[in-house]
Amino acid sequence: MDLLTILQILDSSVRLAVPLLLACLAGLYSERAGIFDIGLEGKMLAAAFMAAAIAYTSGSAWVGLLAGIGASLVLSAVHGVASITFRGNQLISGVAINFLAAGLTVVIAQSWFAQGGRTPTLQGDARFEPITLPFAESLQSVPVIGPIYYELISGHSVLVYIAFLLVPLTWWVLYRTRFGLRLRAVGENPASVDTAGISVVQLRYIAVIICGVLCGLAGAYLSTALQAGFTKDMSAGRGFIALAALIFAKWRPWHALYATLLFGFLQALALRPDLLENTLGFKVNGQLLDALPYILTVVILAGFVGKAIPPRAGGEPYVKER
Amino acid sequence: MSETAPAIELKGISKAFGPVQANKDISIRVMPGTIHGIIGENGAGKSTLMSILYGFYKADAGEIWISGQKTTIPDSQAAIAAGIGMVFQHFKLVENFTVLENVVLGAEDGALLRPSLAKARRELKALAEEYELNVDPDALIEDIGVGMQQRVEILKALYRQADILILDEPTGVLTPAEADQLFRILERLKEEGKTIILITHKLREIMDTTDTVSVMRRGEMTATVKTSETSPPELAELMVGRKVLLRVEKKPAEVGDKILEVQNLNVTDEKGVHRVKDVSFDVKAGEILGIAGVAGNGQSELLEVLGGYEKATGSIKVNGQEIDLTGAKSDGRSRRERGISHVPEDRQSEGLIMDYMAWENVAFGYHHDDRYNKGIRMDNAAIRADTEAKMERFDVRPPNPKLAAKSFSGGNQQKIVLAREIERNPDLLLIGQPTRGVDIGAIEFIHQQIVALRDQGKAILLVSVELEEILSLSDRIAVMFDGRIMGERMPDQTDEKELGLLMAGMTKGAA
Amino acid sequence: MDVMPKWAEVVLVPLISLLLASILSAIVILAIGENPWDALMLMIDGALGSTYGWGYTLYYATNFIFTGLAVAIAFHARMFNIGGEGQAMLGGLGVALVCLYIPWPHWSLALLGASVSAAIFGAAWATIPAFLQAKRGSHIVITTIMFNFIAAALLNFLLIGALKPTGSMEPATGKFPETTHLPSFQDMFSTADNVMFRGAPANISFFVAVAACFALWFLIWRTRLGYEIRAFGHSESAAKYAGISPTKIIMIAMMISGALAGMMAINNVMGEAERLVLNAVEGAGFIGIAVALMGRSHPFGVFLAALLFGFLYQGGAELALWTSIPRELIVVIQALVILFTGALDNMVRMPLERIFLAFRKPAKGA
Repeated sequence: MDLLTILQILDSSVRLAVPLLLACLAGLYSERAGIFDIGLEGKMLAAAFMAAAIAYTSGSAWVGLLAGIGASLVLSAVHGVASITFRGNQLISGVAINFLAAGLTVVIAQSWFAQGGRTPTLQGDARFEPITLPFAESLQSVPVIGPIYYELISGHSVLVYIAFLLVPLTWWVLYRTRFGLRLRAVGENPASVDTAGISVVQLRYIAVIICGVLCGLAGAYLSTALQAGFTKDMSAGRGFIALAALIFAKWRPWHALYATLLFGFLQALALRPDLLENTLGFKVNGQLLDALPYILTVVILAGFVGKAIPPRAGGEPYVKER
Repeated sequence: MSETAPAIELKGISKAFGPVQANKDISIRVMPGTIHGIIGENGAGKSTLMSILYGFYKADAGEIWISGQKTTIPDSQAAIAAGIGMVFQHFKLVENFTVLENVVLGAEDGALLRPSLAKARRELKALAEEYELNVDPDALIEDIGVGMQQRVEILKALYRQADILILDEPTGVLTPAEADQLFRILERLKEEGKTIILITHKLREIMDTTDTVSVMRRGEMTATVKTSETSPPELAELMVGRKVLLRVEKKPAEVGDKILEVQNLNVTDEKGVHRVKDVSFDVKAGEILGIAGVAGNGQSELLEVLGGYEKATGSIKVNGQEIDLTGAKSDGRSRRERGISHVPEDRQSEGLIMDYMAWENVAFGYHHDDRYNKGIRMDNAAIRADTEAKMERFDVRPPNPKLAAKSFSGGNQQKIVLAREIERNPDLLLIGQPTRGVDIGAIEFIHQQIVALRDQGKAILLVSVELEEILSLSDRIAVMFDGRIMGERMPDQTDEKELGLLMAGMTKGAA
Repeated sequence: MDVMPKWAEVVLVPLISLLLASILSAIVILAIGENPWDALMLMIDGALGSTYGWGYTLYYATNFIFTGLAVAIAFHARMFNIGGEGQAMLGGLGVALVCLYIPWPHWSLALLGASVSAAIFGAAWATIPAFLQAKRGSHIVITTIMFNFIAAALLNFLLIGALKPTGSMEPATGKFPETTHLPSFQDMFSTADNVMFRGAPANISFFVAVAACFALWFLIWRTRLGYEIRAFGHSESAAKYAGISPTKIIMIAMMISGALAGMMAINNVMGEAERLVLNAVEGAGFIGIAVALMGRSHPFGVFLAALLFGFLYQGGAELALWTSIPRELIVVIQALVILFTGALDNMVRMPLERIFLAFRKPAKGA
């Protein structure tokens, strides 16, 4: 396998890892605040649809992005109302949100565009185009570094760079700011936050809103950058893989990056069975590669490779005790 | 006005939770620079009152005055701003945060963390010197003991410049020595001009530390007196509304054969903490062995092992026969079949299913009994009939088998558990914290039942953190500290002081 | 004391939730330019207006009874089994293997064998998450979700590989032999001059599902095992005190749950398709969640809720056929039902409790 093939695989890993990374970070904010969210998938799907639909009608990917974030935020609000205000079951709420998005996107898409639950193909400014970073062209001839810079680092859409910048930003927010301290505290022991005179409800709503924004980015990336338009169920379980990555990363930002890159890499490999066969000398089953993120997560959950302990107050509605 | 304004003045505070009136028209004045005690039984409304003062609940009626200013306290933020700090019975700390992070949480100086932490580190050092409150600022909460954790809570309040400090049952988890240390710190705080409110149900603490004391009963403030002008019997009477028998009437024990023999018992819990260390003792027929100790020194695990839901190594014999400590026969059902009954320490999370009806609870743990089953079906009618009989004999009110356990008062819940366990006619009764959260009338009834069982020649293992209860019920007393039995004493040859030293792990001083 | 009388708890709360879900669905229908009332009439006519419609409604309901009971029994042990989908897929595999490779002399024996096999396969798929929950503390919700995906990959693998007849292009097994054909309602209820349920897939497994409701009711409320499962669901610490083994309860409850989900396959795989195809479950495992929530985890409630969802599914198919409303509208309704009966339960309950409290107060004062 030559350098170029490796770079192509890695490049495709990055593209496929980005929606996972965004959703994973979304889940990180929510779950660190003690709100479990298995509705990442639904929020992503809703955002993917809205972003594509509005990008198509407005002709601007950026307007589409805002709309996608908006759609995701609406579902976040539902989750917030159910699990924070009415102290309902967060898991059940997440399940409901996934179905709501799966159903509504198709129903609305069908009534809006009448193309069997998809949006028309996006063209021109309605899509996020790849950005060529400075000197990418001129450095291309430099051995090793040139192709790496040109193929792998340059040439992605702006959302990819945003996603990667969000990793250090999230780390900084979580561990270096007042907000991060409170966020982590409310996921561990909300009573400590409450008695310190900070509103648990407000803090958790903020976390859920951030989660919504990031899921919106993830969804918009799917339909307006990775692909050119919305298709039915296009999130295809990515929300759950992101959830798996979050457990894999044990709710830490840098590890979320590594985990999603790994899962992105597995997805990239699954798309190129020929390559794997040539390299390894035997056929690797595509379904096995598909299932690998889930199997790895189960192994992690089983505690065979270090125990994944979620935030202690996760999933529990906060009720003041007497 | 010549006289200084009270640090806190409450006027006519009332608060109801649904049909329950937790606080009725409560008024209280606490002068600055004093320690004021609030004493009352469980459920008397002490905690509710303090929660109102700390902004957790909104009072239905009444006024709060702080240093002569009328104040409203809608939330904890307002309470902190008014200079009130609170140390809750269950600490409000983030376990995997450092001491420093816990102190800073909610009292940060800006959006960035580092400057806040640096400042807190400096101030913590100053506070430590001023009040002798030494704590390692970089230690994780989960790694330090409860005494230290309590100091962190006090430091949290002081860091927020609290002038008024409320402590809710602060000694429940402390050894007598740790408690004495705490009271020295409180003395010190008082000298510096802070006002302290101490909520407790322990008379001794009130007598030893407070300047004035208020007594609460059933949501009402029954009296406020100078501590120097009152006495424990008077306070006890004010607390319960009538004269209290502090001693249980019982005749000398007629001791028979050894029923329970425990040898070199060791328990290591799921987290790998060594909870019970090489414990050996026995209980004979017709006697009550009381196990004294501060909560968390291995007594709970001891009961759990005997009751069949914690694994252990060592040897336990019942009626001379070895029982299984780790294998298939180490479960609760096998224990019950061997004649062991168990009234657990926590009836709400162990002894009862709160959502089950009374009759379902009466079969709980004994649901495999032949008399409760007909083939593969459970004989619900038989269980209900049995429940009615038991409710009558134990005077459970209301005597309705179809009422959910959560609908009964604490005392009546405990009677349901007792009825179930005592009426099995066990050879050995394990009983933990028999009167925790139980009203005084039920306490006497429960104590009588325990003594009556002893007089029938049964062996009884009593675990209680209430020294008074241990002293008045036991025929023999063993003290546990840090998983070990520190020594055995006869109740008529010892006193609270000696037992207290043993509970703190000091054998030499006691010998 | 409970604030609300039992009938309000059991009937009123689910009904109000359903009403709220219906109102929102009507708004969706209005928004896409159709008339909700006409849509409802069309659904009623399509699902209940003929024996043909009933044949489909009851067919769907059969699936949902099985998956609803599966979620319900897990709820009683305070576990949330989202893995019904995967367990039902594996149940399908169990049915297919038994039907394809064992020469059955008669359909009744085949039904028995297929039921057992479906139950074993479904239970086995639930056993691993159950074991991980009981022994390693892995959260059952996450592991069962993961197992749904693993099941899908596994079936995909088998249906384009080992189980596909040679020469076939379709990812599906071959047709089951004629002797495994289950009597459909058409076979059972038609007379010489009056054909009932013509071409509808409802079959004898509906009665198996009804029997399962009775069996589960008996298990939960009349046996020691049910008593222990409920006790564990209410309080794990109390269960331990009473000598009830958490491991045992988690394993058994999840195995029963998986077995029930798996048994759905005797309806959709054996009764309808008569071969195993990709995505045979079609989301029925997830509908089980809505059905169990709506039915308040009571077998009779599950039965009624399954009928309701059977109606919605068949009615929804009719809608998609005659109007511009796509089938996915049903997914929306399903989501709303889960939302209101499950997650927003308190939103419905709290105002109701206040109303009941207001009515009760004067009576108490007397």
